[in-house]
Amino acid sequence: MPSIRIGLLIIVLIAISSVEGTGSRHLTATARPSSSEGVAAWQQVYTVLTHPRCINCHTAGNYPQQGDDRHRHLFNVVRGPAGEGVPALQCVTCHQSANADTTGVPGAHGWHLAPLSMRWQDTNDRILSSPTVCNAVSDRSKNGDRDGAALLKHNEEEPLVLWAFNPGRRADGSLRTPPPITHDQFVAATRRWVEAGMPCPQQ
Amino acid sequence: METYKLTVNGQQKEVSADPGTPLLWVLREELKMTGTKYGCGIAACGACTVHLAGVATRSCVVPVSLVGNRSVDTIEAMANDPVGRMVQNAWVDQDVVQCGYCQSGQIMSAVALLKSIRKPTDKDIEESMGGNLCRCGTYVRIRAAIKAAAGELG
Repeated sequence: MPSIRIGLLIIVLIAISSVEGTGSRHLTATARPSSSEGVAAWQQVYTVLTHPRCINCHTAGNYPQQGDDRHRHLFNVVRGPAGEGVPALQCVTCHQSANADTTGVPGAHGWHLAPLSMRWQDTNDRILSSPTVCNAVSDRSKNGDRDGAALLKHNEEEPLVLWAFNPGRRADGSLRTPPPITHDQFVAATRRWVEAGMPCPQQ
Repeated sequence: METYKLTVNGQQKEVSADPGTPLLWVLREELKMTGTKYGCGIAACGACTVHLAGVATRSCVVPVSLVGNRSVDTIEAMANDPVGRMVQNAWVDQDVVQCGYCQSGQIMSAVALLKSIRKPTDKDIEESMGGNLCRCGTYVRIRAAIKAAAGELG
């Protein structure tokens, strides 16, 4: 009997050791980033959100913008009730499901303006501060009721987000300017920010 | 060159074109449907407006490769469209046209507007028609004709 008990004890100890070992590796692999690391990651995200490829459709007014100089969209284009333009002048009147490189019109599935709750500039077209945008993006009453996981998924998969990193050619054949980091880097930064608890910088 | 099967005004058409060719040029050059006009080539004037699956669309900037299976309707079909016919009648009644070059695009946009909003306000008309330019300045008569057509639609 003592030898059986010793044997059982050894088995139990091995089992505990194994579980703790697995848990330790897991914690090490996904250690929650610190708040300062999260804020640093957010700053990377912010450089993308406020890039013309993104912010041109996150306006505070009745119209989208165009170009790296963020000028008002030509052709009297207006926001419309659902951010998709108006009956005879919808976004899809020109913007198709993919970039039209031979004619210089950008396109992606579901082209539309972001809702006003997700404006990242003021009515004078000045870009909002990093803390202000961060607070809006992490506020579920403003961001389409997205939690951290949903925000990450949005930045990973949303066609218009993906378009920003593959914005096609202008009418003169030159390539549109992409955001300052790659999509992979953008997703990684979003993930770190989310894992850190979506901290925002101080005003 | 690729082969594309298009449904234009309810009829099946097969065309050979470079994928990047704008729909406008497929209509005008391949199918010889010249009612749709070339104005600016950059979607700025609206003269080339057609309907893609019922949506007013600038055919000068849509490559034929992106049309897909969406139906294409042009000014040539409007006389057989109930709303289109009313709009064209209103255009005649109001004597809208001056030189006429932009008017097929104007009518296509007006039809799209009235199919979406039966009783458009002045603001609806200004916003929806704001992308259709008329260098003859027939805007006042265009607005009157749209309102007249709206009245006929009931």
